[in-house]
Amino acid sequence: MAEKKKVELLEVDSARIMNEIKKAASPPEEVEHWVTIYVMGKPYKVPAGLTIMKALEYAGYRYIRGAGCRAGFCGACATIYRKKGEYRFRTALACQTTVEDGMYLAQIPFVPANKATYDIDKVKPSPNVFLEYYPEIARCISCNTCTKACPQELDVMYYIQAAIRGDVERVAKLSFDCIQCGLCTLRCPAEIQHYHLAQFARRLYGKYYLKKSPFLKERLKELEKGVFEKGFEMIKKMREENPEKVKELYRYLITKGREKEKKTVENTLKFRGGD
Amino acid sequence: MAELKMIRGYPEYMRESIELVEKTREERIRNKEKEIELELSMKEREEVLSKFHPDYAPGGKRELRIGPNKGDIVPNEVADILEAWPALNPDDVDLSDIDYDVDILVIGGGGAGTVASLWANYEGIPAENILLATKLRHGDANSMMAQGGIQAADRPWDSPIIHYMDVLGGGHFANKHELVKALTEDALLIMKWHEELGVMYDKDENGNFIERWGGGTSRMRLHSAKDYTGMEIMRVIRDEARNRGIPVLEFSPAVELITTEDGEIGGAILWNMETKEYYVVRAKATVLATGGWGRLHIRGFPTTNHYGATADGLVMSYRAGARLRDLDSVQYHPTGAAYPEQIVGLLITEKVRTMGATPVNKYGETFVFPLEPRDVEASVFIRECYARNNCVKTPTGMRGIWLDSPMIEELRGEGAIRKNLDAMYRMYKRFGIDMTKDPILVFPTLHYQNGGVEINANAQVIKANGEPYPRFFAGGEVEGGVHGKNRLMGNSLLDYNVFGRRAGISAAKVARNSGKPGKLTLKHVKLFTKEVEKINVPMWRKSPILLPDYRGKRVLARKIDLPVLE
Repeated sequence: MAEKKKVELLEVDSARIMNEIKKAASPPEEVEHWVTIYVMGKPYKVPAGLTIMKALEYAGYRYIRGAGCRAGFCGACATIYRKKGEYRFRTALACQTTVEDGMYLAQIPFVPANKATYDIDKVKPSPNVFLEYYPEIARCISCNTCTKACPQELDVMYYIQAAIRGDVERVAKLSFDCIQCGLCTLRCPAEIQHYHLAQFARRLYGKYYLKKSPFLKERLKELEKGVFEKGFEMIKKMREENPEKVKELYRYLITKGREKEKKTVENTLKFRGGD
Repeated sequence: MAELKMIRGYPEYMRESIELVEKTREERIRNKEKEIELELSMKEREEVLSKFHPDYAPGGKRELRIGPNKGDIVPNEVADILEAWPALNPDDVDLSDIDYDVDILVIGGGGAGTVASLWANYEGIPAENILLATKLRHGDANSMMAQGGIQAADRPWDSPIIHYMDVLGGGHFANKHELVKALTEDALLIMKWHEELGVMYDKDENGNFIERWGGGTSRMRLHSAKDYTGMEIMRVIRDEARNRGIPVLEFSPAVELITTEDGEIGGAILWNMETKEYYVVRAKATVLATGGWGRLHIRGFPTTNHYGATADGLVMSYRAGARLRDLDSVQYHPTGAAYPEQIVGLLITEKVRTMGATPVNKYGETFVFPLEPRDVEASVFIRECYARNNCVKTPTGMRGIWLDSPMIEELRGEGAIRKNLDAMYRMYKRFGIDMTKDPILVFPTLHYQNGGVEINANAQVIKANGEPYPRFFAGGEVEGGVHGKNRLMGNSLLDYNVFGRRAGISAAKVARNSGKPGKLTLKHVKLFTKEVEKINVPMWRKSPILLPDYRGKRVLARKIDLPVLE
């Protein structure tokens, strides 16, 4: 281990540190490398190394549509582009892709796609469940365009094939990382609405294939009986009357708890046959 | 910057430090058990917090001069928007012409708003009598981005009371009792509900949840769905809202609450950001679910938050007379990406540490227990970078320490990262870095609004005088009190589910049992404007701000508005 003393007393000017952090996190004043991108056809010179999203903002665009989480989880910034002189049609997430010289960019503000509605408590997973709710999957021509369009690099065509076979588990697992940007659906010549179907499959899997937690069931019974009420009352009282004691109790629980938890979990997992 | 020689995603000079990290890896893995020895005592925690946490460093906060919380200390960026001129001029609005007359108005289409709509619907409010209005798209929210997991004490050797104690200690004992009790007890109902909806949690073959450590917890109770937990829950509840036909208005944020002559909340003014027209919504009950403040970039920090996290809900409810609490405390997540530049500030889930990755400095040395509460962990990182200088500097000047992700593969077997942290793996891969083979560089990032609009256990918003509003509710990051001064991992997904649900149920009760609200008014906005007049606020400072502005300086310097095409 690196050091004995856990906290050295350091004489520091914390306000100065905060200013340094702020400066480090701000965009650099000088730009050395530039690239030219074409936003819906118009050329803009932007600093190299920015994401497509930040580059558009640098160029003066202020997003209303087309920006959501800005971290690759929401699918709001689905982007299509070609590079100068290339025949290939490419897709990307604007927040997760670095600009390159000569990109011709357009962002997709909205994807029209119909979602089948269903009652999750009544629908039953059967071999024909997907063909019933999304019959257009039968039109899949296995062209793999959906897979090529996926910015998450999922095996989209495979899960559509699995859906045709009625394999709920496989659709759910292959599609799990889907961010529902809709690029597959826009590109599909068979007009399949992949990402809505995949959502349906995952819910079927989560509800009907994964077993319900036995521990949770037991705990809910205890909760219903009110077994924790007394304990909560005690802590409430302790907080009002003896706040220092509460702190001690916390410290005890957290240190002892961690040790105990490790042993308990190890033994239980052995007992249950592992994680 | 000059052209740097890049080797597998990192500039050559950073590789030198990576080699040092590789050298100590084996020994660190052997001594993984001993990391707990580095855990700080309560006194030591105070020491690092007071010197290195951005909340404690002078110069970042000021006293509020107007409104219900006059005299309270909040971050400057928050004071700026709370004390700003109302963006909406009440005289421009005709309140007698009502566009939507509904039972329940839900403001915000993230997790809390969606859960509230669903539970109001379960409680018998027909979908068509609910309106969910949101600033971006339905589901564009921090809820979608949460990766690590959700806490619930379902195992027999755990209990809601132990969960309560962890929340309390993590929150520096400032948490409101009734809220923490609700949070930890309802956690179990929420997990049950999610099972029934079909959320794909990681489970073993018997159906038991796979549960992991979270920072500052005494039990392993973090339930996850790979590292897409937030996304998985959000897309399922959104799908359910769509199945049930809950009406949603996108790109139409609320810009001001509507009050009533008898001092109640009677709905809100929405503003269609694309057509620029306003809508008057009258509602028997209003639920505030607008999320937090990350995009205010407090103290200039980068943020993990989504594009719309601009604290609009705090601004609107403050003007309408709601009481705020614990806004002096900002959560910085210890591990934001510090490199590469394209993803600076984005979240590196705490699960990377709970899976076994250790934070190490430039020399490959362990310097901190990896699972301290977030504020403590972040402070120790800042100390390592800015006081002890044991950090790596990136080409753009960011400083950071290593999170030794390859340890996960060593400790849990090859493939563990792809199996459990695929979102993280994918993000780094896009920029040429393989986190299964190389460590990743991290630095604290602005993450969460610990406090917010004060509520009670029924999710009713509390007025300045301490009384609850009968028709006004809040859930999710916008509300405060449950986390005290610091939220623990896995409790924000839980928070929005628990209090979104309670807000929905409470709102449904009001909608069933009460008539229309009293005569609508925006008088409170005019009164607030008078207060702003007294304190010398620049005319351009208006709020809610709705979205941050990242346009380039050069463009803004040349930007002019012509009095046509407005």
